[in-house]
Amino acid sequence: MSNDVLISARDLSVHFPLRRLGFGERPVVRACEGINIEIEKGSFFGLVGESGSGKTTLGRAMLKAAPISLGEITYSDTDVTYDLGSLKGLELKEYRKRAQLIFQDPYAALSPRMTVRDIIAEPLEVMGITSSRAETDEKVREIAAKCRLNLEHLRRFPHAFSGGQRQRISIARALVSDPKFIVADESVAALDVSIQADVLNLLNSIQEESGITFLFISHDLSVIAHTCNFVAVMYLGQIVEAAPTHKLFSETAHPYTRALLSAIPSLDPDVRGHAQKLEGEIPSPINPPPGCRFNTRCPHAQERCRSEVPEWREMSSGHHVACHFSEELRAEFGT
Amino acid sequence: MTSPLISVKDLTLRFKTDEGLVTAVNNVSFDIAPGEVLGLVGESGSGKSVTAKSLMMLNAENSVYDDVSQITLRIDDEEIDVLSLKRPRDQMVIRGGAISMIFQEPMASFAPAITIGDQMVEQLLIHSDMTPAEAKDVSIEMLTRVGIPEPAQRFGQYAFEFSGGMRQRAMIAMALSTKPRLLIADEPTTALDVTIQAQVIELMKDLVEEFHMSILFITHDLGVIAQTVDRVAVMYLGNLVETGTVRQVINSPAHPYTRGLLNSLPKLDDLEAPLTPVPGDIPSPLDRPSGCVFHTRCVESGAIAEKCRNEIPVYTSDSANHQVACHLATQGEQS
Repeated sequence: MSNDVLISARDLSVHFPLRRLGFGERPVVRACEGINIEIEKGSFFGLVGESGSGKTTLGRAMLKAAPISLGEITYSDTDVTYDLGSLKGLELKEYRKRAQLIFQDPYAALSPRMTVRDIIAEPLEVMGITSSRAETDEKVREIAAKCRLNLEHLRRFPHAFSGGQRQRISIARALVSDPKFIVADESVAALDVSIQADVLNLLNSIQEESGITFLFISHDLSVIAHTCNFVAVMYLGQIVEAAPTHKLFSETAHPYTRALLSAIPSLDPDVRGHAQKLEGEIPSPINPPPGCRFNTRCPHAQERCRSEVPEWREMSSGHHVACHFSEELRAEFGT
Repeated sequence: MTSPLISVKDLTLRFKTDEGLVTAVNNVSFDIAPGEVLGLVGESGSGKSVTAKSLMMLNAENSVYDDVSQITLRIDDEEIDVLSLKRPRDQMVIRGGAISMIFQEPMASFAPAITIGDQMVEQLLIHSDMTPAEAKDVSIEMLTRVGIPEPAQRFGQYAFEFSGGMRQRAMIAMALSTKPRLLIADEPTTALDVTIQAQVIELMKDLVEEFHMSILFITHDLGVIAQTVDRVAVMYLGNLVETGTVRQVINSPAHPYTRGLLNSLPKLDDLEAPLTPVPGDIPSPLDRPSGCVFHTRCVESGAIAEKCRNEIPVYTSDSANHQVACHLATQGEQS
């Protein structure tokens, strides 16, 4: 493992056992299965997939908020190295300072009974980062200014704010403990396009200024493409393709990525109906299809895909894919 | 040109609230021709849904329509004055008869404790003189038509047994089974994944052709608009600011707000292009700006800012029937 990697998952699986129905084996939701990724320091790492693909679970596992069933996640910055699977007690508290989460819905994420100042100050007090009220206030003001909230705003309650402003409050709260790693889970999905652009610009400028590493989870590939420098595509609990953004777009090698790309509605009214349609819907993670998990919806699926699990392999530098026919498909997509 | 299916003229709608009368829709006029798909775009709070609900008189009890407002529905040379329909009996023609509506959140739109089939049959019995057996056949046929596998079995299931995409298909089947002239689709694909969204859009396009009906398509997603509609109307704070064919509005937007929306979208063919948000938030409808409603966020007014603050721009049309309400546009024509 190179020194530039902040957090990495090796053969990571997250399973949620369900209640037994009658006799037989206990059913298990395989939310994440055999995931291998490395997130480099200071990168804006995008994770994209449909609902039910396990992207949120993966994000939570990296914050140690979902159980790690198999495999391991390693976090290492300049000071410390943690194995998240065995992390507990004081070390876990320490990790909570370093890794933060920004939620999807800014209306649900903020307590309606707390002022904005208290919302932003809470992590400082809970984690014991600041020692006096004056120090806390100063820190809150500094972070608020960074997120373009003014002093007047700090005295108000969340209901007085619009969606975009609330999301900026959520971001301020995540930033206040000086984290090294932030998971932004669908952080712009609930916002209007002009507000979305504003929040994305804010996240980008924070990233450039402070060098925080972001795991940016979204279902919207065009937002990911615009914001992230590295993208991983998830389908039914597995990562099917991961590459630097420009490579993923110019050398698409997995048919699912291809389908996601072509499903984005084009802004050009004269380019209509070019979407390569994907039939059906994502199968249940309780009983995933054998072989390649995408075989039930893949337009290129062959006999081999139904029986043999494709290997996670490196096609070119930094570009990983899990598909038996990537070389052929990449050539075909290219034309 | 054939006469429009529905004409909305000078529609002004206010809500009585504790804080006084709130103007939700202000002086909005548009036509929809038979077989035409009109897109209605705008941020949350711009009044798109309220406008659409007016066509079916679905707004809440505290709504007040202005006296000069007129909505005329034409069915086979017969003209119906929609806003004069007061009794539920008379309103049947606009509620499920000639006009049907599909909603954004398909889970919330079906009754949870009644089977999908019973809900479909119920409305057919109300709106036609079919027998229950005939209504069941028609419903199953519609379910087949929208691509639901095993429709006969699905007919007896509840909404929670359907996936999101399936529910939206069932919603469409239900809305179309009474063969309406106008379908109002309020953000029909917003809650869906892109691959499912592509399927639903494709389905709606096919159905427009097959049934030769008109659609009022409400969305905030300009990509979906570009791919789906014939004409676009852009709304801001209850006002129409621009109307034109999809090519006119997307390729040569005439209103600064439309340009703002387009500039804040991430573009896939140019990943390096910066996102330019429309500055600020949409003002409260309780506190509508004077003059042009958009002047508080407009970045283009420049030299004529004074005029924009004080004078309400007139909704004018150019030779190609591209309408816009902006002082800049009218000034350009004069000089």
